[in-house]
Order: sequence, then C-alpha cells, then structure tokens
Amino acid sequence: MAVSSDQTPLTQEQARQLEELLQGLDERQRDWLAGYLHGLQSAGRSPGSADAGAQTRQGPVLTVLYGSQTGNAESLAEQLGEQAKARGLPVTVQDMADYKPRQLKKEAFVALLASTHGEGDPPDNALDFHEFLHGRKAPDLKGVHYAVLSLGDSSYEHFCQTGKDLDARMSALGASPLVDRVDCDIDYDEPAEAWMESLLEACVARSGASAPASSPGQAPAASDKPRYNRKNPFMAPVLEHLVLTGEGSGKDTRHLEFSLEDSGLSYQPGDALGVYPSNDPALVAALLEALEMDGDTPVSVGKKETSLREALQHYREITQLTRPLMEAWARQLKDESLNQLVADHKALNDWMRGRDLLDLVRQWPIKDLSPQTLTGMLRSLAPRLYSIASSQAAVEDEVHITVAPVRYQAHDRAREGVASTWLAQRLEEDTRVPVYIDPNKNFKLPENDDTPLIMIGPGTGVAPFRAFMQEREERGASGRNWLFFGEQHFRSDFLYQSEWLAWRRSGLLERISVAFSRDQPEKRYVQHRLRECAEALWRWIEEGAWIYVCGDADAMAPDVNEALIDIIAQQGRRSREQAQDFLRQLAREKRYQRDIY
Amino acid sequence: MAETTLPKAEIIKRESHYLRGTLARGLEDEATGALADPDTALSKFHGIYQQDDRDHRDQRRRQKLEPLYQFMVRLRLPGGVLTPRQWLGLDEVAEQCANHTLRLTTRQTFQFHGVFKGRLKPLMQKVNALGIDSVGACGDVNRNVVTSVNPHESPLHQTVYQLASRISDRLRWRSSAYAEIWLDEECVHRLEEDEEPFYGASYLPRKFKIALAVPPDNDCDLFANDIGLIAIVEKGRLQGFNVAIGGGMGTRYGAPETYPRLATVAGFVPTEQAADACEAIAAVQRDYGARDNRDHARLKYTLDDLGLARFLELFREYHGQPMGQARPYRFTHNGDRFGWVKGDNGKSHLTLRIASGRVADFPDLKLRSALREIARVHKGEFRVTGNQNLIIAHVAQKDKDSIQALVERYGLDDGSQSSPLRRNALSCVAFPTCGLAMAESERYLPELVEKLEDLMAKAGVSEVPINLRVTGCPNGCARPYLAEIGLTGKAPGRYNLYLGGDRIGQRMNRLYRENIDEETLLAVLAPMLQRFADEREGEEPLGDFLLRSGIVDEDRSPGAFHQAQVSDPS
Ligand code: SRM
Ligand SMILES: Cc1cc2nc3c(=O)[nH]c(=O)nc-3n(C[C@H](O)[C@H](O)[C@H](O)COP(=O)(O)OP(=O)(O)OC[C@H]3O[C@@H](n4cnc5c(N)ncnc54)[C@H](O)[C@@H]3O)c2cc1C
Ligand SMILES: Cc1cc2nc3c(=O)[nH]c(=O)nc-3n(C[C@H](O)[C@H](O)[C@H](O)COP(=O)(O)O)c2cc1C
Ligand code: SF4
Repeated sequence: MAVSSDQTPLTQEQARQLEELLQGLDERQRDWLAGYLHGLQSAGRSPGSADAGAQTRQGPVLTVLYGSQTGNAESLAEQLGEQAKARGLPVTVQDMADYKPRQLKKEAFVALLASTHGEGDPPDNALDFHEFLHGRKAPDLKGVHYAVLSLGDSSYEHFCQTGKDLDARMSALGASPLVDRVDCDIDYDEPAEAWMESLLEACVARSGASAPASSPGQAPAASDKPRYNRKNPFMAPVLEHLVLTGEGSGKDTRHLEFSLEDSGLSYQPGDALGVYPSNDPALVAALLEALEMDGDTPVSVGKKETSLREALQHYREITQLTRPLMEAWARQLKDESLNQLVADHKALNDWMRGRDLLDLVRQWPIKDLSPQTLTGMLRSLAPRLYSIASSQAAVEDEVHITVAPVRYQAHDRAREGVASTWLAQRLEEDTRVPVYIDPNKNFKLPENDDTPLIMIGPGTGVAPFRAFMQEREERGASGRNWLFFGEQHFRSDFLYQSEWLAWRRSGLLERISVAFSRDQPEKRYVQHRLRECAEALWRWIEEGAWIYVCGDADAMAPDVNEALIDIIAQQGRRSREQAQDFLRQLAREKRYQRDIY
Repeated sequence: MAETTLPKAEIIKRESHYLRGTLARGLEDEATGALADPDTALSKFHGIYQQDDRDHRDQRRRQKLEPLYQFMVRLRLPGGVLTPRQWLGLDEVAEQCANHTLRLTTRQTFQFHGVFKGRLKPLMQKVNALGIDSVGACGDVNRNVVTSVNPHESPLHQTVYQLASRISDRLRWRSSAYAEIWLDEECVHRLEEDEEPFYGASYLPRKFKIALAVPPDNDCDLFANDIGLIAIVEKGRLQGFNVAIGGGMGTRYGAPETYPRLATVAGFVPTEQAADACEAIAAVQRDYGARDNRDHARLKYTLDDLGLARFLELFREYHGQPMGQARPYRFTHNGDRFGWVKGDNGKSHLTLRIASGRVADFPDLKLRSALREIARVHKGEFRVTGNQNLIIAHVAQKDKDSIQALVERYGLDDGSQSSPLRRNALSCVAFPTCGLAMAESERYLPELVEKLEDLMAKAGVSEVPINLRVTGCPNGCARPYLAEIGLTGKAPGRYNLYLGGDRIGQRMNRLYRENIDEETLLAVLAPMLQRFADEREGEEPLGDFLLRSGIVDEDRSPGAFHQAQVSDPS
C-alpha cells in the first residue's frame, strides 16, 4: 500500500518516511503500530507528552465489548478490563449498545462477551451490534484479532447462540481469533477466568507489552467492590414470609423479606436478588436410592471436600437435564438407545423437557458409576434471580422479593422447581439464605421524576414495580404512573392489591388496569387490556412516558410487544415497519425497558 | 343548624343528586371489589349493602389483599307475598349471582348475600324482570311494609295486604337513579321538584318502618315499628286502624339516651285514610326528626322530644284532620303458628319453619331444592312471615297431598320436627356478613338451642314454648327486646342477657346480666327454669312468671333497661 500525500493530511516528506517505515515492518509489528496509534488516540495523548503510558503502556488497545441482559457478561467484561490494566495492556471496556460498529475495522484486539436470551436471541443491548455484523454494511475485518466468550445456560435449546453467531460472523468477515471461543454454562466463573487468562496472554505476546509487577490501578478497584457478591453471597436472615394469594387461588405466590443489615449490600429499583438454593432432601434421597449410592461417600466439589449427599443437595443441579450432561452420560453408558436419543437434537429436547436426573438414572442406570464421576458430570447448582420488590429508600436494609413456586406434573411425577419451592416451603425457622445483588442497568427508573411511567407486570412481573412505586413515593416524584396487572382471579390473585389501591388513593398511581384471565368465559390478558387502552396509551407515550415490561418471557412479553406495535401503528398512523422502528427507537432511548424471564 | 354539623350520611344524601352519586362509575372500577366510600351510603337506598367476608378479613389484610368485598341485596316485598314463578326466579338468581342461598328476613322479605360487584347489575335486572324491586329496602326511607299473615282469614288478609302494598308504593322513593344505574334506562332530566315530590333531597332522617296487624295475631311484632296499624274489625267488617307510633328496637350499649321503645297507640283512622295518615306521620318525621344526630333520629325520639300531644297537633296539620279515638283490640300472641291450617275460603296453608330464614342446601337438609320443587308444583302463593318462616298459601285440597309428599320426602319442618323452643327461636344474620356484628348469631343459634333444650328437659319444661331471640349486636334485628329470653352480642362468645318479655309482643324484657359467656348463661338460667317448673301456674309463660316471681322487675324506663338487674333466681 503506497502512502501518497494527496490522500492524507501528511506532508510529502512525512508520507515518504511513513511508507519507508511501513515497508520495513512485518505483520506483527504493523498490528502493534495500529494498536499503538489507536491507543494514543483513545488516551488522547501524543507520544512526547510527559506521563504518556504511565497507566496504559504503549501498545495496541484491547477493546472489550459486552452484550449483557442481567449483568453477568458486563461484570466479566469489567473484570477483564481490570486484569488487562493490571498487565499494562491499553484497554477500553464498552457496552455494545454504546459502541460504533464502524470502528471495528480499526481495532487491533476485540474481546466480545455476550449472553444469550429469549430463544437464542442476543441481549437487548447487543441487538444493533449483532444486526450490523450480519448486515450488508458489515466491514472487512482482515487484520482485526478477536476473541469470544459466550454466556448461556445449557438447559436452553439454543445454548450460547449469540456467542456462536458473533464468532462465526467475525471470522467470516476476515478477523482472526486470538483464542478459541468458550461457551460458558451458568457456572461460568472458572471457564471465564481461564478464557481471560489465555486471551490476555495472547494479547501480551502479540503486543509485546510486559506486565508490571503490580498495577497501581488494582488495589482501589478491589476495595470499592462490595464485600458480598455472586461468588461470596451474604447469608441473609428471613424477616417476613407470607402467602400473597388468597383462598381459592390456583397459585401460591409468596412475599419474602430478607435483612441485608451489616452486609454493605445496596441495590436500585430494577435490580434482582440472586439466591443460592438447596435441592429437596426427599428428591436427593430418592436419587441416592436409584443410584444405589451411599450419601455419606466423600466427594470433592471444586476445591471443597464434602459428602455425596451434601453435594447433591447444595452444590449440584438435579432438577434440570442439559445436553452436555446427556452427552457425558451417553459416553459413560455406551448404550445404543441413549446414543440414538442424544444424536437426535429434537428428540433429545423433547425427552429432557419435564424430566430430571432421577428420570435419567432410572431409565439409563450406569453400573459402577463412581460418586465422584457423577458429581463431576453434573453442573453446579446455579443461583436463581428474583426481581427486587422493594426500594431501599423505603425499606432501608431490607430486600423484598415475590416468588411463584414452580410446581408441575410431568411424566407421572409431581415436580418442583428448586429455588422457588425451597423459598416457599422448605425454609426452616432460622435458615439463612445465600443472596447477592444482581444489578440490572437495563431496567431502571428515569432520572427525571416528572417522566410518566407505564408499567406492565402480570404475575410476579409486578414485583419491580412495587419497588418503583416505593422509590417514587419516597422521592416525591411528580410523574404520573400507570400499572397494568394480570393474573388468574381478581379475588385471590391480585398481588399487593391493597398497596396499589393505597397508592391510587394517595394519587401516586394514576391508573390501574387489570386483566384476570379466568374470571370470565373468554381468557383475558394484559395485552388485551393494553389494546383496550390504545388511545390513552398513545397519549401517554406522546407525552414522553417510559414503558416497562416485566415477567414471563415466553408468552407474555412477545404478545405485549405485538400489542404495543399495533397500538403505535394504529394510533400513530404508521406502517407496521415504522411502528417496529418506533418501538426499537424507544428501546434505544431506554424508554422501552424489559426484564423478562 | 350549620350544614357542617350534619353527620356525613346526611351530607352525602343531599349531594348525591338524588341517590346517583358516583355509583355508576364505581361499578366500573375494576381494581377494587368495593364502591367509592360515599356511594356505600347511597347504595342502601337501592337495597344494596356493601359488606365483606369477616371470616377472611384479617387473613386478607395480612396477604395485602383488600377485604373480600361483597354485597347484600334486600328486596322490597310488601306483606312478603310472591308467586311460585317469582320464587323460582329468585332461586335461580341466588344460584347465578349470589352465594347460593336465599335469606328470609324478620321483615318478610328476601336477602341475597355474597353478591360480588360484577354480579350486582345482572342480579338487579333479573330480579326486576320478575316484577320485584329493591327500591328503599334499606336507607333513610320507608322500608318493607310488613303485615300479619293470618292465612286463615283470606279476604281480610287480602285487603290488609293490598293496603300494605299501596303504602309501600306511596312511600317509595322516586328518583330515576334506580332505573338509570341498574336497568340502563336513559338518564331522564327532570325538574328538581319532580325527582322526589315527597322526600326531597335529604329523604328521611333515618330508616322508617310500617307494620299492619290483624288481631289477635301480632306475628309481625307491630309495636317494634315506627308506625303500626292495628286492624279494627267489627261485625266481620274492617272499620279502620288504630295507629301506634314510635316503636323501635335499636340501641347502643351504655348509652341510655338510646333505647328500644314500643309504639304508642295514638288513635284511630278509617281504612280509606290509612295510607294518607302514614304519609302524614312520615312527613312530620321528615320535617321534625333530628338531622344532626343519627342515634337520635328515629321517630321514637322525635315523638318523645315533641310529646304525644304536640305530635298529634302536627299530625292534624299535615293530615288535614285529627286522629279518632283508639278502638279496643286484643292481641293474643306473636310468633308463627306452624303446620297446615284450613282457610275460610276452603284453601289450605302450610307454615314451614325455616331455621333463621336461611334457605340453602345443607348437608343434612336439601331445603333449597325442596322449596324449588314445591314451587314447581305449587299453584297458590308464597308468604314470608315476619319471623323468617315460609307459608305455602292457598293450596287447593287436590294439591295438598303432592306438597305434603315433598315436605315428607325432604324432611322439611312443619313445626312438628322441633321443640317449642326451637320452633320460636329467632336469630339475626350477624357473622360473617354483617358489618356491625360483635358476636355470632345465626351460626350460634342451633348449638345454643340444643344446650337450652337440655336445661329445659332437666327442669321438665321441654314442652313449654319460650320466646328465645339472639342477635349479634344491640341493634335488635331479631327484635330481641321483645323476647322472654333475649341475647345480644357484646364480643365473640359474650352476650348481654335480657329477660321478661311476654309472648304477645307488648312487653319488653330488660337487661339481666351483662357481657356473659355461655357457661355463665347456662348457670344463670338453670335454677331459673327449675323454679319456673316448680312454681308455674297453669299455662303461664316464662316471661310472665319471671315478673310475678320478682326475678325480673317491671321497670322498663330507658335508665332501668340499660341497668343489669342482678337478682337471685333460686
Ligand atoms: C336481615 C335482618 C335480620 C334478619 O335476620 O332477618 C337485618 C339485618 C341487618 N340490619 Fe336490621 N335487620 C333486620 C331487621 C331489623 C329489625 C326488626 C324489624 O324491623 O322488625 C330491627 C329492629 C327494629 C328497628 O328498626 O328498630 C333492625 C334494626 C337495625 C338497626 C338499628 C336501628 C336503630 O334504630 O338503631 C341497624 C343499624 C342501623 O340502622 O344503624 C340495622 C342494620 C342491619 C344491617 C343492614 C347491618 C348494617 O347496617 O350494616 C344487617 C344486615 C346483616 C346481613 O348481613 O344481612 N338493623 N333490623 C332484618 C331485615 C329486615 C328487612 O327485611 O328489612
Ligand atoms: C431477571 C430475572 C428475574 C426473575 N424474577 C422473578 C420473580 O420476581 N419472581 C419469580 O417467581 N421468579 C423470577 N424469576 C424466575 C426465577 O429466577 C426462577 O427461574 C424460577 O423461580 C424457577 O426456579 P426454580 O429453581 O424454582 O426452578 P428450576 O429448578 O430451575 O426449574 C425450572 C425449570 O423447570 C422446568 N419446568 C417448569 N415448568 C414446567 C412445566 N410445566 N413442564 C415442564 N417443565 C417445566 C423448566 O425447564 C424450567 O426452566 C426471574 C428470573 C430472571 C432471569
Ligand atoms: C429469559 C431468559 C432466556 C434465556 N435464554 C437462553 C438461551 O436461549 N440460550 C442460552 O444459552 N442461555 C439462555 N439464557 C441464560 C443466560 O444467557 C445466562 O443466564 C447468562 O449468564 C446471562 O448473562 P447476562 O447477565 O450477561 O445477560 C436465558 C436467560 C434468561 C433469563
Ligand atoms: S342485630 Fe346487629 S349483628 Fe345482627 S344483623 Fe342486625 S346489625 Fe347485624
């Protein structure tokens, strides 16, 4: 490539020198140079200036981009940033939504951390980035080096789909991998750390930046993190536990209050509470019996030494089957019928649905399977998230959640969700519950207290809106508020009804619109209620209302989304496409936020 | 009197635009099962009481759910008369819109309980389609007009019944609010004065009750009403009515300024003037009744404040002519007489005992089904008695057997199934629906009766009829102050004991023990009944004996009434 002065702002002399220099460089050196220049830019400094590179050593920049819905990928991305700094790598960490994808081709090292949501969909904040890469405007990425960490949950059909997509696209566009992609299951900490480790190695090797003994940036960074977090949960005492659903209800929804006293933990309305559950001892016993194993057999779980019984009850997932487990099981058993099943993608999904480890053990027992091998095959018992239903402005060092126990009949056995039923019915008088705060910056109140809110939260989806109302009440926020709630029966299932009514009396809550699906012959849901209120809703939207949706991700959220699109199209006189863009735009401006599960 | 000193209920009426308020909007509010606060005072005029299931109140409060709001709907049914077709209709309404029960009241009508807000309008429309309404069944207006049922005197009863309906229609409130809100009729814009020609915007100061009785039957407890018309029959012809005024049971504990009072016989009016006379008396009450204090607003207080002489002057002004001299009359009993009786027109009438007036399908007694079947075959009419019982009236000889067969098949009680005590016992509704209940009543009566039956058996007086009446609070809905043994609830499991009423409805009892539990009650009654057994003279009723023996004195002055009289019964 010739550098000629008329294409560049350079003088002829400079252009000549540059060309000379470039010709003398091999690819690795060129990369370094590119990154170096970029680093100078983003550090806003010129080589000569005094403290250049004190924090960030000279060398190509590592750009860390995350796509995260509930914050896991985000916190890992920040972790990666810290470690890069510690090694003296110039690094910038960015939300994919805030990143200009056109920049990509100029990057040296790109680390992509992305979770998967919906049914294999990217998290909301990664939608644009994802689309850009897959779209016609996608640039040639030759010379760019990248790495992908995908977060996912192997109990979902499209495991780590987003990560896989990004990986495939990056290389298709010509970028070259620094390290192999790693797909993390919900117990992602260790694989993620390993991935970071090798990624940073690779960067250092390529950019020749040498790690300083210790980085100044680290110590303070560590200290301002809360004492308790996902890796080190706080053992919270239960302050209150009551059944919200009244007599005659088909539900059994609970309200729990925990104390965060002296934990140093704090949260914002919209955040979720992470809870580490324990399995049902009865199920564990049944499992041990089916396995013909002695619960007291010592096993090691990670670095911890414990008994098999303890391991199954507190550390391993036994209520859900995952593809990796099924594959491992098949490898161990070497049984034709199981091999066939595992080979057939769809058949396996169907079989796993509504079945658990006990079903697997009973149907395909493995002779002389050692307890240690078993614990090794099982993935660790993941924490469950519960939308926080309180505001600290109102409840100080308490945290409230709303839990709907998962109970269902499948394959002629009554089955129970681990965490929800543990919280609902297996907590002892003085059990302390391991919790942590799972921040969610994608579900937050507007800064501006005058902003009108439209809150759509059927079932337990109403929980965060209780937090919103408590917060707005304490702040004396003047914005109008409109709640949409739905459940099965008005008389028994109107969660927190007396509180909503009190807020309506006080004027905080302007409107309450409800839909109870089983109080009349034909089923009615919130989306029907929304459509009935189309005109008023549009007026609110035009007046700048922010729309929040929380709750069921499978049925409710898509139907509500459809309803909103129709309302925008009909009331705003727009084509369906325009309406979709309109809603998408609202999402970009954070005026349409969803917390769905 | 400055408007501001008026009680809330009085202001709500006046500002309600003739009983409309925001009722219509309240029915639309989907977030609550209740009506807007002020409207709950207005709904009463439409026959509708907002209540909540008190059995679940506390639990629901803790569950962050509003109380289980539901409504009681009371019908207007002068003289308690309805056709089999109407019975079947009401039975269906109970099934579709209420808690599957019908409740016969001490004022000869029906109540539906457990009607949820969404079912109110359908209920009102179905009921109206049957030619029955609920206008003024509650509220500060004239209530259901009651009459004695004396089915054995059909022609006379017919005239009395017709007069009852005429009075009821005359004093019915007129605003078109009822039709607009419940029957979806167009809002007709009337001139103010046409809305309520008689009542005006503030209606009456308080509820107002009228009863008609044909001696010797005082089955409707005529003297417990604001106006009692006593039929005067001479030479087999109805001459007119003695007019008794100022009766009422309601009182509050520890408030001597509130008291039950028997109506005073003030004079006589000829039959054709009876309706006008009632309107005139109601008009005096409308204009002179206390508006500033609802505890003092019933006619009985107006009368005592004005004095009988002054009241009669006012009556003369309003009515255009004075009352005549009261004529002699004689009542021999209150309560009902059960079983088959042959009327003087050859038709037969069957009086069935309906325990506390509750028509339901109980595990051991399919009462509602039974009455439904009877209604299907019955060609005459039904009459609700003033004691929560039911008369299957005007049964032709040829139909008697088929009805008797059903009575036997379902084991209904024609009186023969129960002891005299049980047969005459009354209880109000109280828990779980009544918002004013302090103790159980309807749900407690059966076990109480059983225990008293034991006492009576021990004393050997099982066959003596004794008037027992229980209410859950001092309001007196089952007219407990006219009972020989009256109990009014004070707190869960605790009652005030009143003794010494007669069996005619002409003498009140008085407070004997205050706030006692069942154990104490039985301990107090046991020796008393024993003495009654030993010293009874002939057919002497318990109440009379208690007075004669000095166990209970004769003083019925308000002061004395509220004073527990502690005497040694043995
Ligand atoms: C259903 C009935 C009792 C029964 O078991 O049959 C009844 C039930 C109630 N009465 Fe009564 N009263 C009933 C006959 C009476 C009688 C007896 C009578 O009229 O012969 C009296 C005593 C006579 C009198 O009026 O003084 C009576 C005196 C009261 C009072 C006290 C009035 C007073 O002057 O102090 C109240 C409370 C009030 O009005 O403030 C009351 C209020 C009530 C209410 C509506 C409670 C309330 O205001 O919230 C009760 C509804 C309970 C429920 O869940 O159904 N009820 N009430 C009777 C219906 C009569 C009807 O069909 O219209
Ligand atoms: C951000 C976020 C917020 C959340 N907020 C709340 C909240 O506020 N309240 C709340 O109650 N939950 C909330 N959840 C859901 C909660 O985290 C748990 O997923 C839920 O409680 C179930 O967990 P569990 O351990 O009880 O059930 P698990 O043991 O995890 O079992 C659940 C699994 O059982 C299977 N299953 C369930 N029903 C059936 C069926 N009918 N047929 C076949 N298989 C079935 C499915 O595979 C399902 O994934 C939230 C989730 C997220 C991600
Ligand atoms: C509603 C919902 C849907 C999900 N769908 C998938 C999925 O289809 N495939 C998958 O691998 N993981 C899925 N997951 C699991 C998440 O990707 C996993 O929890 C991840 O750790 C979340 O990371 P984040 O907090 O950065 O978004 C889903 C999680 C939720 C709450
Ligand atoms: S007497 Fe009292 S408790 Fe009984 S129904 Fe009347 S108001 Fe209610």
